[in-house]
Amino acid sequence: MREIVVISGKGGAGKTSIAGAFAHLAEDAIFCDLDVDAPDLHLLLTPRHLAEHQFMSGHEAVINPEACTGCGQCAELCRFHAITGPENETDTAYRVLPFRCEGCKVCVELCPAQAIAFPERHCGEWYVSDTRFGTMVHAQLFPGEENSGRLVTLLKRQARAIAEERGLELVLSDGAPGIGCPVISSLAGTNLAVLVTEPTPSGIHDLMRVAELCDGFKVKVGVIINKWDINPEQTNAIESYSTGKGYTVISRIPHDRAVTDAMVNRQVVTEYEHGDLSATLKAAWTDTLALLDADKAT
Amino acid sequence: MIYAIASGKGGTGKTTVASSLVSLWDGPVTAVDLDVEEPNLHLFLKPEIHRTDPAYIEIPEADESKCTLCRACSTLCQFKAITVMGQTLLIFPEMCHGCGGCLTVCPEGALTPGRRQLGEICHGRAGNVRFIMGRLRVGEAMSPPLMRQVKALFADMVAEDDKADIIVDAPPGVSCPAVSAVIDADCVVLVTEPTPFGLHDFKLAWEAFSPFGIPMGAVINRAGIGDDSVQRFCADKGIPIWAEIPFDRAVAEAYSRGEVVARAVAPLRGTFRQLRRNMREAAMAREAACAR
Repeated sequence: MREIVVISGKGGAGKTSIAGAFAHLAEDAIFCDLDVDAPDLHLLLTPRHLAEHQFMSGHEAVINPEACTGCGQCAELCRFHAITGPENETDTAYRVLPFRCEGCKVCVELCPAQAIAFPERHCGEWYVSDTRFGTMVHAQLFPGEENSGRLVTLLKRQARAIAEERGLELVLSDGAPGIGCPVISSLAGTNLAVLVTEPTPSGIHDLMRVAELCDGFKVKVGVIINKWDINPEQTNAIESYSTGKGYTVISRIPHDRAVTDAMVNRQVVTEYEHGDLSATLKAAWTDTLALLDADKAT
Repeated sequence: MIYAIASGKGGTGKTTVASSLVSLWDGPVTAVDLDVEEPNLHLFLKPEIHRTDPAYIEIPEADESKCTLCRACSTLCQFKAITVMGQTLLIFPEMCHGCGGCLTVCPEGALTPGRRQLGEICHGRAGNVRFIMGRLRVGEAMSPPLMRQVKALFADMVAEDDKADIIVDAPPGVSCPAVSAVIDADCVVLVTEPTPFGLHDFKLAWEAFSPFGIPMGAVINRAGIGDDSVQRFCADKGIPIWAEIPFDRAVAEAYSRGEVVARAVAPLRGTFRQLRRNMREAAMAREAACAR
């Protein structure tokens, strides 16, 4: 079994539109939306949930106001400024700000009055779904939550297990923007990272950082330059950078309003458009698979 | 006042809006890039960087001669960053959140503060604009601790001078880094685009940030593409639309050349001035309400 992850560093470069088209073109694949923070692939694939699960991860501190003596030691110890003091003179209890609490348990352990509980944290939901292209594993982290990396790891593990069970050859994932926790988790065990970029200063800058991350994790890189015709000069610069680094440039995709129109129709581009754009995407998918297979030889 | 430019979905135009606002700001302003994973504001403001400081997080370092393998540290650690394997104490620096718990509970004094580099903080100037950027080290998973250090810098500036205006370019999304960027702002600008992805992530952001009670307004970028569902959602929820930037290939091309859009595309100057007025009024109204 192999794994392809579509990521980009910069948001809005076209990851999900391209991943959606690839999901349409792929055979024997399971799909995964690893952008658990702001997932969008389900808007194109309109999944029907077959199973819904709670995502529990980590814990959070909760101060019992009855038991709190107001000594303030917890607030002093907390490195995350997650504990505030009494709000008025009649109130003596300290409070935890859930959005700032990282669940380190330091306050819980050291509270002299043992007034702090430490319940498990319900951080989101995850789903196994049916789509018109095949099975999809996806999630929604609750706003402000941490542990996105753990949720990404869980989704990947589920997708692999289902793929194994059903004899599917490929896990195709849409990743998160950035280079932090969820992106690092999405690269673990991946055979190919397809990096979608655009010919802008931000696109190039962010591509370089995410490509360096892939190199660090020894994940093979292919580059897709989306909206290439917005700035042909910058496109050339991306191509020479990529070639210089030994990354295969899989495709140049032109700027085309059909991408947005397809989205509005809840379709992927290759379902909606039947001209040059879809032909380019089909060639890109063939070349992506060829690049994925290239390491079988080595 | 602290103004955060945020969005659920990435690539909707946060940096376009932030750089344009900074270039048209009618008073002293500091531009802060808090999208530490992929900071882009400097590519448009082109500041002269006069100082770059490494940023660290505190992690434990062990003195094995003092360690009795009592496991007080590994029992407390919630992040699997410190553990005892056989007769060895192992520390995994990359997993450490820097809570300091292990150092506090170690009965033998066998742990001392060490450090791991999170990234760097750059200070500079673009004309009259002060510039601060956090940049995460490639391979570092935790952006919030670096963001906290950048935030502490501008919080000090605001504390010293209450007339100081800060414009923050926030990271995309609605999870902990995004929340960390907006939670202390006086006003939040949510940049979106009128597409199903834009609407979906805009809703997530609005739901995530609403509980903070910070005034919020929308900027609809690339207006004219997609559909009118964002406008309808705003009307339904009473979210003010502070600016609409029409889709125009000239805007995309100016951005692709690294230009500040409000400077390159003249008709947009009025749009950004109006946005500035709306942001100011919203932040002042909140301040007045808080004072009462």
